[in-house]
Amino acid sequence: MKRRNKAAGVSPDAQHEQLKKGSNDSPLLAKKVSRRDMLRLTGASGLGLLLGGGGTFSIMAAQGKAVSPAASVPQAAGAGAAADTIPFYGEHQAGILTPAQNFLCFASFDLTTAKLSEVRQLFQAWTAAAAALTSGTLIGSVNDNPNLPPTDTGEADGLTPAKCTLTFGVGPSFFDGRFGLAARRPATFSDLPAFRGDSLEPQWSGGDLCVQACADDLQVAFHAIRNLARIARGTAVLRWTQEGFQRTGSADPAGGTPRNLLGFKDGTGNPDVSDDAEMKSVVWSGSADEPAWMNGGTYLALRRVRFRIEVWDRSNLSDQEATFGRHRQSGAPIGASDEFAKLNLEATDSSGKPVIPPDSHSALAHGDGSVKMLRRSYSYSSGMDLKTGQLDAGLVFISFQKDLVKQFVGIQERLSRNDRLNEYMVHTGSAVFACFPGVREGGTIGETLLG
Amino acid sequence: MKIGYAVPAGLLAASLLFAGCASNNNNNNTNGSSSGNNAAATDQSGVTSPPAAAGTADFTAATENYRLYVIEQCDEFVKQTEGFTDAVKAGKLEEAKALYAPSRMYYERIEPIAEALGDLDPNIDARENDVDAADWRGFHKLEQALWQNNTTEGMTDVADQLLKDAQLLRAKVETVDIDANLLVTGAVELLNEVSSSKVTGEEERYSHTDLYDFVANVEGAQKIYELLQPELAKKDPALEQTIGERFTALLNELAPFKSGDGYVSYETLKEDEIRRLSQNLDALAEPLSNMGTILGV
Repeated sequence: MKRRNKAAGVSPDAQHEQLKKGSNDSPLLAKKVSRRDMLRLTGASGLGLLLGGGGTFSIMAAQGKAVSPAASVPQAAGAGAAADTIPFYGEHQAGILTPAQNFLCFASFDLTTAKLSEVRQLFQAWTAAAAALTSGTLIGSVNDNPNLPPTDTGEADGLTPAKCTLTFGVGPSFFDGRFGLAARRPATFSDLPAFRGDSLEPQWSGGDLCVQACADDLQVAFHAIRNLARIARGTAVLRWTQEGFQRTGSADPAGGTPRNLLGFKDGTGNPDVSDDAEMKSVVWSGSADEPAWMNGGTYLALRRVRFRIEVWDRSNLSDQEATFGRHRQSGAPIGASDEFAKLNLEATDSSGKPVIPPDSHSALAHGDGSVKMLRRSYSYSSGMDLKTGQLDAGLVFISFQKDLVKQFVGIQERLSRNDRLNEYMVHTGSAVFACFPGVREGGTIGETLLG
Repeated sequence: MKIGYAVPAGLLAASLLFAGCASNNNNNNTNGSSSGNNAAATDQSGVTSPPAAAGTADFTAATENYRLYVIEQCDEFVKQTEGFTDAVKAGKLEEAKALYAPSRMYYERIEPIAEALGDLDPNIDARENDVDAADWRGFHKLEQALWQNNTTEGMTDVADQLLKDAQLLRAKVETVDIDANLLVTGAVELLNEVSSSKVTGEEERYSHTDLYDFVANVEGAQKIYELLQPELAKKDPALEQTIGERFTALLNELAPFKSGDGYVSYETLKEDEIRRLSQNLDALAEPLSNMGTILGV
């Protein structure tokens, strides 16, 4: 049978998994100094600090309060720095309305602790680290002691913040029995329902916590995730990560709509992030039905969508355009010439057929236009499918919305049933997270939920 | 990618007289304007110049021969499906298992045609999560019963329904408006099918008879290529030759997996064998997708 999603086959990411496992074994710590040596050198409390968990907080807190130039070199000083920095603190988290940076490094974590106090400490430590990471300073206070591993892993040392944003959220599993928070789970917040044609793989799905790191430099984004994962050791482990990219600002100085890996402009119809009223009605949680701790937060839906690149490459241009409902070159709706022309779903040709096929991706995603969400997607390339020798590449679809069920689920239901594009893609990963409201200076990520 | 079909029910009776005049009629439609979704594309591309009219190519023989091929495959499909569903209903588990994959091959050779006929394709060939659970029927439901549950019990209605759907396909297939555009795209469709679900072993998840489908899809594409070969040789001999060579290469890759009248279980394939099959298939499908050149656009 055709016109359905097809599974991705064996993932080529076994090696990634290996890497992740390796990183949990703390190669940094093991490199020069054995654990036994460390115990000898630093004593048990020092070890606790280095291994993350509860003790890490004190490092971060100290760092967050008073950053001494010696301990934490401000690298972002200078004229260009401000333009390259997106404030971490604010009413809402950054990385949501923020114009999409060049690169994404997304991480999903599983908590390994059962103690809410340790989760709280993790968020405190992450807050301090995030403030440093997004401002381009080294994290922690131990970066110049020859007898200790530096608290910052160093690969972003000397780099600008590159517009780094870090966005934190919790998954539905965060509200299971472990932390006594079941009663605080928003009523409609749960894993997405099964959509037709889904071929989800556990290695790309779910998670207790998420961190979306975006930056104009992949090394900066990776550095952020790596250090947050390091801080979390003993409290939370990486469940999966996915990197993403889009054309860089330097490759497209005009800032046109990015093209996805199928060659089509993607995201033309996004709501206007500068329109506060629209963002309030589309993105930000704040209604009476929602728990107060989500006030100013939003829900993130992520789908890892693998494109059937080889199949797409042999479909002819008119099919490609009918699949999207848009012209490939201009990005304009079929029958129009302006990329930003409104989708005219009523227009018919001389024989009475709709000019834009009703089952085209644009037509279905648009629906009657009454339901919107804010999309902030990236392309991904994860090497080759070892089984078939085909490219494992596609889209890290990410959207933000105030109501997952009414917005994301409603639209995806429609798409999963009829979208012509289903023939050329398969959903291999899925996750949803409740993203906290923003953090005020001196506050902590997630404090509205955890206190 | 989609294939147009003669929609109006009123035309159905006329189309049933599919012989001479029907094929002439089809030939006039070679530019694909007969197909619903191509209409829009035709509009935006600047219209005019119906490709076939512009070129000198004559597809009358090709489309007519393909029509005969499709009907022949459909006839055989109904017959074989009847044998298969009879075995299911009689509770003959082993016989049903033996008839399952060979019956499907007739369908797999002409799958793009079935896809053009409304819900017939999902009704006959949907896998478990392709459709809502309540709507799931057809071959793969029986496949699950036979191989996973190892029984024919409770499958009588499913078997009856499958045969009815097969017969409906046979009746409706004559309404399909076959034109050169359909041939060109249909051949690629068949190989896309292989690359999406057969070469990955996802189509026959219980019986692991994916190679039967694989071969049948390739044979269906090869038939189309053969029908278009004369025109292609005139228009683009290098392309014609490349496609021919790559069919041969793929069939050579498939040859070792023949077993008696059928094919070995997908489960016996080694990873490097799967990859070689997949890469040979992509190597063939790429030039094949350029057969549209004969449409003279």
